[in-house]
Amino acid sequence: MTRDSKPDLLKVEGLKAYYQMNYYGVEREVRAVDGISMNIKRGEVYGIAGESSSGKTSFIKVLAAAIRPPLKVVEGTVKYEFKNGPIEVTTASKAQVEDVRWKHLSYIMQGSMSVLNPVRRIGRTFKDFAQRPLGLTGAAFEARVVSHLARLKLPPEVLKAYPHELSGGMRQRVTIGLATVCHPEFIIADEPTTALDVVVQKEVLSLIRDIQKEMDSSVVFVTHDMSVHANIADRVGIIYAGRLVEEGPTRQMFFTPRHPYTAHLVASLPRIGDTTQRPALEGRPPNLADPPQGCRFHPRCPLAVDKCRQEVPPLETVDVDHRTACWRWQDVKPLVGSAHPAGVMA
Amino acid sequence: MTTLLDVRNVSKHFTMGGIFGRKTVNAVMDASFSLSAEKPEIFTIIGESGSGKTTLARMVLGLEDPSEGEILFQGQKVSRHASKAERLAFMSKVQPVFQNPFEAFNPLKKIERYLESTARQFLHTKDRAAIDRVMDEALQKVGLSLKEVRGRFPHEMSGGQLQRCAIARALIPNPPLLITDEPVSMVDASLRMSIVNLLKSLRDDLKVSVIYITHDLATAYYISNRLIIMQRGRIVEMGDARTVLDNPQHPYSKLLKASVLSTDDAGAGKLATDPGMVQAANGLVGEAGKLVMRPDGREVRVYG
Ligand SMILES: Nc1ncnc2c1ncn2[C@@H]1O[C@H](COP(=O)(O)OP(=O)(O)OP(=O)(O)O)[C@@H](O)[C@H]1O
Ligand SMILES: Nc1ncnc2c1ncn2[C@@H]1O[C@H](COP(=O)(O)OP(=O)(O)OP(=O)(O)O)[C@@H](O)[C@H]1O
Ligand code: SF4
Ligand SMILES: [Mg+2]
Ligand SMILES: [Mg+2]
Repeated sequence: MTRDSKPDLLKVEGLKAYYQMNYYGVEREVRAVDGISMNIKRGEVYGIAGESSSGKTSFIKVLAAAIRPPLKVVEGTVKYEFKNGPIEVTTASKAQVEDVRWKHLSYIMQGSMSVLNPVRRIGRTFKDFAQRPLGLTGAAFEARVVSHLARLKLPPEVLKAYPHELSGGMRQRVTIGLATVCHPEFIIADEPTTALDVVVQKEVLSLIRDIQKEMDSSVVFVTHDMSVHANIADRVGIIYAGRLVEEGPTRQMFFTPRHPYTAHLVASLPRIGDTTQRPALEGRPPNLADPPQGCRFHPRCPLAVDKCRQEVPPLETVDVDHRTACWRWQDVKPLVGSAHPAGVMA
Repeated sequence: MTTLLDVRNVSKHFTMGGIFGRKTVNAVMDASFSLSAEKPEIFTIIGESGSGKTTLARMVLGLEDPSEGEILFQGQKVSRHASKAERLAFMSKVQPVFQNPFEAFNPLKKIERYLESTARQFLHTKDRAAIDRVMDEALQKVGLSLKEVRGRFPHEMSGGQLQRCAIARALIPNPPLLITDEPVSMVDASLRMSIVNLLKSLRDDLKVSVIYITHDLATAYYISNRLIIMQRGRIVEMGDARTVLDNPQHPYSKLLKASVLSTDDAGAGKLATDPGMVQAANGLVGEAGKLVMRPDGREVRVYG
């Protein structure tokens, strides 16, 4: 099925969200999300990758309507078309957001095992969050939760446990359980599988994929693990210094990336059996309080030319569903003979 | 050979669920290994989620007492009940990097205060400039700087920044043993490699031993000398890292390696696992069995 046959469930337009702080009278502004536009279809799984501190969490916080000071939406819109009606989260009231939370829109925060209330048993937390949206009580509710946890390879005893009695990966699965038990229309997950071994990780990803298929829901998730993107995402988007620099169908992003940063990301994947040192990216990550002029990647880009230092490259369409923001995208070439799908440029 | 760390037949049982529906969890069962003082190494622990890796690390750190067995560090018994002075002396030699940086930092305390108090405690100085220099050096090693970190609270940092601050803090006392629980789970591939290379150079240049707990088999292969694989509280395979990972022998180790996601088929949505392998790995999980040495020097748990 082509993407076009389905309606957009989420539309993000010109989104800018900054952390605006005041330290002892000194204004400081971190431009964490700086002009992102993208759409996500119903039933689509969209993976987001990018450098550490490039603004991924900040971006999906806004998508998840979890915008708290000092983070402020400065420009742009984020609009969902849920089954029970549309909602524009940057202007929605608290009550409107509460209305869609869990049942329509759920959010698994980064490091979210820490959001579990330490003095509450897991079973209590499930009741608090899921009982009302599921509309079940007593044994029926408990049975639903237990069978859901089993799909995450968690025994029913975890309902009686306090968070500190569970391992890191068990807590992570509990939060995934919370976010998926109500089968929401839109699931947002920030590094949801960092604490899982690869066997359980695969099972958890399958569960997310199954729920997504059953409900025809959409999923947006952030991870540094490119092999997770490779195996679950329909499309992948790359964020660099607060901007979307490339997005496209998963296969193309791995085999024919059209942005040098994407090519670098794909080529830097370490593999078992490999003991050679991978080239790290030269230079430091850009300072989001004072990002570089022109293309923000230019100080570190092996293909940079004068134009890159002055003019911001627009996100242009290079293939069906494939967009990139690079003046020289035609020169970005997969490395021939590399053990990797795509290496750094020509 | 003198031993730096000696873990002897250590087990840990927990009672889960408080007074209602008590259930005993055998988090670690009869684990033994030792690290040499002369030959620093990167000793990796991989394994199932919930298999006891963090519990084992917490016992080595003296944060949890073993239910059975004992742990010796430089010949001294590690204990939760050590005096304050003993504890401080121990912590100057064994430093932790905890699993989830979002849990490890108190949200109300500025990051630099952690670094500062570590610097103050272990460098025995009150000189501001000296403390700042030490903090900045440690942060530079993980790709940050004091300038970037100063004045900020944990929630004002990204996941990867926080994780790197935790590593920087642990480096300050120059400890002979570093215990890192998934230190690179939240950073990009490029940073991940630079941090594991840092661990490598700590071992090679500064003679630091590192216990590296991870789910990432690729970096484990890349930097470890030896590794153990854990399943449901038990060590199921132990030996030279490359010998084990090139050709794992225990059914769980085999399943683990086979489950690593690949990018070769990017976009094909491949998430299936061979059910036969899963069954083989889980079939014997409750049984004790015993570790048996193979001709290639590794130990594998066998049953019956
Ligand atoms: N509450 C806050 N106040 C001020 N600055 C913040 C706050 N939260 C994040 N930042 C800054 O915003 C930038 C983007 O952070 P963000 O958490 O979005 O990064 P990320 O891409 O999710 O990184 P990672 O992969 O490391 O989690 C970083 O420079 C970070 O330090
Ligand atoms: N304080 C505690 N009270 C009760 N049970 C506990 C406690 N701490 C850990 N456990 C249990 O011990 C087992 C091992 O947990 P541990 O945290 O050591 O696992 P792990 O190997 O680090 O897993 P992960 O990879 O998910 O972090 C789990 O079943 C957990 O529920
Ligand atoms: S626009 Fe120029 S600097 Fe930016 S990624 Fe493309 S070639 Fe590199
Ligand atoms: Mg993040
Ligand atoms: Mg753990």
